[in-house]
Amino acid sequence: MSTKSTPDASEGAVVAFEGVSKRYPGSDAPAVEDLTLTVPAGEICVLVGPSGCGKTTSMKMVNRLIEPTGGRITIGGEDIMSLPAVELRRRIGYVIQQVGLFPHLTIGENTAVVPKLLRWKADRTRKRTDELLEIVGLDPAQYRDRYPNELSGGERQRVGVARALAADPPVMLMDEPFGAVDPIRRDGLQNEFLRLQQRVRKTIIFVTHDVDEAIKMGDRIAILQRGGILAQYDTPAAILANPASEFVERFVGADRGLKRLSLGRVRDLEVIDAVKVRAGEDRAEIRRRLDRVDELTYALLVDEQDRPLGWIDQHDLAGNGPVDPDAATPGAPTVEPETTLRDALSALLSSSVQLGVVVDERQRVLGLISVDAIGERLRTPVRAADGKLHEVGETAAR
Amino acid sequence: MDVNWIMRNLDEIGQRTLEHVFLTVIAISVGFVISFILALLVRRARWLEGPIIGVSGVLYAIPSLALFAFLVPFTGIQNPLTAEIALVSYTILILLRNILAGLQSVPREVIEAADGMGYTSSQRLWRVELPVALPVIVAGLRIATVTIIGLVTVTALIGLGGLGYLIVDIGYRRFFLTATIVGSVGAVTLAVLADRGFVLLQRALTPWARQRAED
Repeated sequence: MSTKSTPDASEGAVVAFEGVSKRYPGSDAPAVEDLTLTVPAGEICVLVGPSGCGKTTSMKMVNRLIEPTGGRITIGGEDIMSLPAVELRRRIGYVIQQVGLFPHLTIGENTAVVPKLLRWKADRTRKRTDELLEIVGLDPAQYRDRYPNELSGGERQRVGVARALAADPPVMLMDEPFGAVDPIRRDGLQNEFLRLQQRVRKTIIFVTHDVDEAIKMGDRIAILQRGGILAQYDTPAAILANPASEFVERFVGADRGLKRLSLGRVRDLEVIDAVKVRAGEDRAEIRRRLDRVDELTYALLVDEQDRPLGWIDQHDLAGNGPVDPDAATPGAPTVEPETTLRDALSALLSSSVQLGVVVDERQRVLGLISVDAIGERLRTPVRAADGKLHEVGETAAR
Repeated sequence: MDVNWIMRNLDEIGQRTLEHVFLTVIAISVGFVISFILALLVRRARWLEGPIIGVSGVLYAIPSLALFAFLVPFTGIQNPLTAEIALVSYTILILLRNILAGLQSVPREVIEAADGMGYTSSQRLWRVELPVALPVIVAGLRIATVTIIGLVTVTALIGLGGLGYLIVDIGYRRFFLTATIVGSVGAVTLAVLADRGFVLLQRALTPWARQRAED
């Protein structure tokens, strides 16, 4: 994703549910019951809960894809019923699990859908779509004129996010946006989205059924239970530390301690500098460099762009002459600064070397982390500003 | 095969071919407009689908000769209206079914995305649903056109010309095989050309449906 700053003019607006309910005709039980919660501007609020808990219904009432039957929803203080539904929707970004790109339109045209509905001038729309494709990490020149069926699932999801951001809405609704992506790429897309959110600061209502995703993505989490009853609404750390009810405790899971690992990020750890090696470098010289670092017995082979290729061990470094790139053991797990410690630990444990390579958004090596470093982190609770003892990760700046 | 006859009658053959094309184009155009309106009606009121498809199915099942015989007392022989009423009623089942199938083929998430982006109902229909349904709709036009080109040969029986005139009036009634062959080959050629034409048209209109991702 590009780090170039762009003028994303409108930052988030407060979204408030005030006693909102939804009853379907012919059904005794309400889908959502007296829901009251306020999402602060620029934060991600994750709605999570078992199926039938009304999380999607609650989200869809914000852009009136489902009309509430009671209560009031406001955006930036303005009642959503005060303007026609289609106009309201054009002011709210919308991202869904299956993306729903229009197959007959190019990527550029798909991204430009809402600006077109708002009758922007052609050159303003074109500038904006190019800018957006760049923001989500797709080279406009390469992608603008292609059709959705030529893209991979992850690429399509990025276009979906670009489309939702097109008219720079203060609020975005995201319905299991990464649910259809495989777990490995999901982590990358989540990280990418968190980086993007750092810049655009939208108010986001994010629906998922996955507690781990909720903990990772949410500034706040609203846990709903069957019948659309709000069981708890708080920060991920507070929910893990003090579940409000037995339902929450069960929903969050028995492995709450382990889940707390999800509150910490790789960027909270101290990284070890990697001994980076390029093809053709002298073995004796690398041996010398490696000897200077106590924790490391492996050097990391990288390509010209500084991207990791594999591990070089002592055995590969015996003798003299240039290092043989084919001797490198591939499969170094890569993590990003935004990766949760839980995901990082899981990636490290499944690799033979038990070192993780921290990379930036262009896959360039930033350093290494070890299983020990994560363990260290687990053993040191930190005293937070509120005076309470918190465990891992609550210092993770959001 | 009497090649001389063919050479002497090129004008006539050309004339009959034009009549054939003319009868087909009218039938398909009128049939398409009616089917399209019916499809929009069904889209608004789902419950109409059963009855409308049922009626068009019955019309489709009536043998063409019987329908001509039935209509002649009302509309008269040699009146193109007689033929067109019959021909159009045959197109409706095929075209309507394909328009509906096309609209139903639009993925749910595409509809949901369009609603979520703030499309009005008619914007969604014209800018999203119909374009996405186009390949299926054109497939219906292909089948209907080929069917009608075949059926138009029968309209010669009520004195309306077309290539059927060569087959029925000259070939069959006067036992002249060459005319039968010319008429049949002409009709088949027209059908093939029309079919290819629609394929090209569809490719031009739906460039997006061609490429497939390699994943």
